[in-house]
Amino acid sequence: MRESYIISNLRELEAESIHIIREVAAEFENPVMLYSIGKDSSVMVRLAQKAFFPGKVPFPLMHIDSKWKFKEMITFRDRFCQENNLNLYVHSNLEAYEQGIGPFTHGSKVHTDLMKTQALLQGLEKYQFDAAFGGARRDEEKSRAKERIYSFRDKFHQWDPKNQRPELWNIFNARVNKGESIRVFPLSNWTELDVWQYIRLEKIPIVPLYFAKARPVVNLGGNLIMADDERMPKELADQAEMRVVRFRTLGCYPLTGAVESTAATIEEIVEEMMTTTQSERTTRVIDFDQEGSMEQKKREGYF
Amino acid sequence: MDIQTFLNQDEQKDILRFLTAGSVDDGKSTLIGRLLYDSKLLYEDQLSSLHTDSKRKGSVSGEIDYALLLDGLKAEREQGITIDVAYRYFSTSNRKFIIADTPGHEQYTRNMVTGASTASLAIILIDARTGVITQTKRHSFIVSLLGIRHVIVAVNKMDLVEWDETVFNDIIRDYKDFITRLDIPDVQFIPLSALKGDNVVDKSTHMPWYSGRPILETLETIHITSDRNFIDLRFPVQIVNRPHLDFRGFSGQVASGIIRTGDEVMVLPSRKHSKVKELVTADGNLEYAFPPQSVTVTLEDEIDISRGDMLVHPHNIPRVERQFEAMLVWMSEEPLGSRTNFLIKQTSQLTRVRIDEIRYKMDVNTLHKMRDADGSISQASFNLNEIGRVVLTAKRPLYFDPYSKNRSTGSFIIIDPMSNNTVAVGMIIDRLNQEDLPSRLIANAQSGTITRSLITPEERVITLGQKAMTYWFTGLHGSGKQELAYALERRLFDDGKICVVLDGTKVRAGLSRELDYSKADRAEHLRRVAEMAKLLNEHGIIVIASFISPSNDLREQMKQIIGAEKFRLIHVDTPLETCIKQDRTGLYQKNADGLAHNIPGVDFNYDIPENPDLRLNPNGRKISEMVDLVLAI
Repeated sequence: MRESYIISNLRELEAESIHIIREVAAEFENPVMLYSIGKDSSVMVRLAQKAFFPGKVPFPLMHIDSKWKFKEMITFRDRFCQENNLNLYVHSNLEAYEQGIGPFTHGSKVHTDLMKTQALLQGLEKYQFDAAFGGARRDEEKSRAKERIYSFRDKFHQWDPKNQRPELWNIFNARVNKGESIRVFPLSNWTELDVWQYIRLEKIPIVPLYFAKARPVVNLGGNLIMADDERMPKELADQAEMRVVRFRTLGCYPLTGAVESTAATIEEIVEEMMTTTQSERTTRVIDFDQEGSMEQKKREGYF
Repeated sequence: MDIQTFLNQDEQKDILRFLTAGSVDDGKSTLIGRLLYDSKLLYEDQLSSLHTDSKRKGSVSGEIDYALLLDGLKAEREQGITIDVAYRYFSTSNRKFIIADTPGHEQYTRNMVTGASTASLAIILIDARTGVITQTKRHSFIVSLLGIRHVIVAVNKMDLVEWDETVFNDIIRDYKDFITRLDIPDVQFIPLSALKGDNVVDKSTHMPWYSGRPILETLETIHITSDRNFIDLRFPVQIVNRPHLDFRGFSGQVASGIIRTGDEVMVLPSRKHSKVKELVTADGNLEYAFPPQSVTVTLEDEIDISRGDMLVHPHNIPRVERQFEAMLVWMSEEPLGSRTNFLIKQTSQLTRVRIDEIRYKMDVNTLHKMRDADGSISQASFNLNEIGRVVLTAKRPLYFDPYSKNRSTGSFIIIDPMSNNTVAVGMIIDRLNQEDLPSRLIANAQSGTITRSLITPEERVITLGQKAMTYWFTGLHGSGKQELAYALERRLFDDGKICVVLDGTKVRAGLSRELDYSKADRAEHLRRVAEMAKLLNEHGIIVIASFISPSNDLREQMKQIIGAEKFRLIHVDTPLETCIKQDRTGLYQKNADGLAHNIPGVDFNYDIPENPDLRLNPNGRKISEMVDLVLAI
C-alpha cells in the first residue's frame, strides 16, 4: 500500500498537544493538570493518557471545587477518575465555605474570587506545583488570542500581559525560579468545534449537562439558571419552569446560563454551533461583571 | 449527505497556518475580519443545504465593519493592552486555518518573527495606492528569514485606484525586482478590495482582467505538505517511557523524515545502532511515522538513551557540533551588552552556550549590513528587534541541520540564565566557514590527521616518487576545466605519477547522489570532495579536482580541509559567452527555457576567485601549454 504523509487537522492538533504535555512532564519537577470536569478538561485528560501510553499519566489532576458545581458534574468526576485510574486531588476554600460564601448571597464577583481564584491559588501553594495545565483555548475570548502556550506566573501567581516570554516554533522555555510557575495550555490552538469533533472521534465521555433535556430553569436577568439544589433561594426556585435546554460551558450552577436547544447528540450540537454566531463564553455570567473582565481575572491568577 | 458524513469528511481536512503582515492602514483587520466572518457564512450555507427547507438567502452585505470583529491595533493601544501576536481561527470545508496576526511596524519585528515561526504561508498586504514600500521589504525579508516558502502578495484597496490593471502590474514588477535577493520559492499576486469583498471570497466583477483565484480559494488549495522534510529522519527524544520492566520506549515528535518499523537507526550522541521494534501509540502500533506525529519508539536492543538524544538513520546524520553560525533575532528589551553566556534550547536539548562573535547585523529596511559611524561593520551588542549573524559555541554538541533544510532541528531559543527570559531566537546557517572563525575556536577544533598507519608521509614520498597535492580547478560550466583536468592526468600518468581526477559527474553519481544544487547541498557535496581529496593526499596520491565551486567561502573551506600547503587553486577564466557556446550538455539552453535553475554565472552567484594560484583563459591557448603552466605553479 502507498504510504500517505497527510495528517488531518485533529491528528495534527493531537500530536502537538501531546508534544506540549510531554515537554512539561520532562522539564518540570511537580506538574499538575487542572481538571474542571468540562469538555475541554476531558479532552486534555485523554491527550495526557495518550502522551504516556502504555504508562500512566505521571502527574495528578486537581479539581478546584467551589462547592457550587452542578451535582451531575461531581458524580461524573468521581466515576471518571476512578474508571480511568487517575490520581485526583480536590481542593476547596474551606474557610470561605464555612463562612457561607456563595453566589446567591455574595454575588458572582466575591464568590468567584474566593471560591475559584483564591481556592486555586491555595491548591497550587499547598502542593507546590511548578506547572499547571489548563484547558483554555485561544478562540474562547479576545484577550486569550494572545495567550502563550506556556504562560509565566510570578510568585504571586500573577500574569503580566505586557511581559510575556516570546514563544517560537515548538520550543518552550520552562525555566522558573523557586515559587514561580507556568500555566500550560495544551489546547491553545483548538477551537470549540475541534473539541467537539475530537470528542466525537474519540468517543470521550462528557457530563450529560451538555446535551439537551427538559430541566428546571429560572430566567435571571436573561440567563437561564438551573435549579440544581435546595440552596437556590425559594423565591427564585419557585419561578422555575421545565424547558428543554443544554449547557455550552459548565461551572457553578448559579453562574452558568443554559441555552434553549434540542441538540441531544454531538452531531446536533456541532450543527447548532456552526450555525449560530453566539460565542460560548456569552453564557458565562462572570464575564459580564465588569469591563475587560477576563483580562482582569487572568492578571489576578484565574485562568 | 447527512451530518454524520459531513463531519466524517470535515475531520479529515488539514491545517494551514499563515501570517498576515501589514498595518492597520493597509486594511489588514478588514481582510482578516472578512475571512473570519464570510467563511463562517459559507459553512452555514453548506450545513443548511443539508436540509432542503432552510437554505440561507442573500449574501454578505458590504456594510459590516469587519475590522470591529477583531480587537484592532488601535483599540489595543488605547486600552494599553500589549501589542502582540494574536492567533485567530477559522475553517472552511476544505481546510482549517490558523492566522498569526502581527502588527506591522518596525518596533514589532519580534512579534512578526514569532508569528512567522510556525507559519507555512504569509499574506503580505500592499496598499495599491502606495505600492512596494520599505515596510513591504522588511516583511518579506522576515518571511524569508523564517523559512516561509509561500507568499501571497495581496494588493489591497484596488477600489481606490479605479481597479486599474497597470497599478497592479507595476506593483508585481517592483516586488519581483526586490525579492530576487530573497529565498521565497512561491509568490502569488492577488488584486483585491477587502472592504468591498472583491477577490476575498468571491471573484471580483470589477477586475475581469485578473484571471487568478480569490484569496480564500488560494488559501484553500495551496499545497503545503511537501514543505515538510520527509527525507532526513530526526527524532529528538523527549522522555523515556518506562512504565514497567518489560517496556522501554522513547517518546517524541518526529521532527523530520520518516521512521519505519524495522528501520536501522543510530542514536546520537552514542552512535550505537539498533532496529526499530515498534512505533507505539495509544491508538495501536504504526508501520511508519512522519512529522508532526507524536509516537513512542521501542528498539530491538537495550541501549542507554535519555532526553535530548536523537534517533537518526545511520546513513543520514545531522551535524553534530558544538560550534555553529546562526542568524539571531534579539527579542529582549534589555540589550546583549557585553554578556556572552546564555542557555540554548534546541529540539529537546538544553545546555549552556556562548555568543563568541557578532559577524554583522542587518538593517531590516535596506537589507544591508549595519555600519558604525566610522563606516566599519557594526559588531557591538544587540538591541531589541535587531537581526544579525553570530558565531555560537555550545557546552555540549548539538544535533542540528541548517534551518533552510530543516525548520525543526535548525531553530533554537536563547535564554538568559539570570532572568530566565527568552532573550533571542536563532536559525542555524548552512555551514561555518572555519577560516573566518575566531582563532580560539580553530584551536579547539579537531584538526590534523588521525591515523594508525605504520607508514610515514616521508616514506610515501620516497616510494611513490611524488609529493601529494590537490589541483583544484574552478570555473563556470562549459569553461573547459574538465578537459584541462584530464589532460593534466594524462601528463602526470605518462610521467609515472599516481593521480586521481574527481569531477562533479563522478562524485554526484555515487558519493553525493542524494544532494541537489541548492546552496546547502553544494556546500555538503564539496565538503565530501575535499575530505576525499585530503584522504587521498594523505596516502601520497595527487588529486585533480574539477568543480565549479562557485563561492569564495566554499573554496576557502576546501582549502581549510585539504590544508593550505597542499591546495592549489586554478581559475579557468573562460567568458560566459564562450562557455555557453562550448556547452555540450545543453544546460544553459535548459536554463533559458526555464527547465534548469541555480546555474552559476547565470541565476546563481559565481564569485571570481580573488587570489588564485593561477588564472587561465583557455582562449587561443594550446592545452599542453596550459598543463605546463599548471605544473609550474
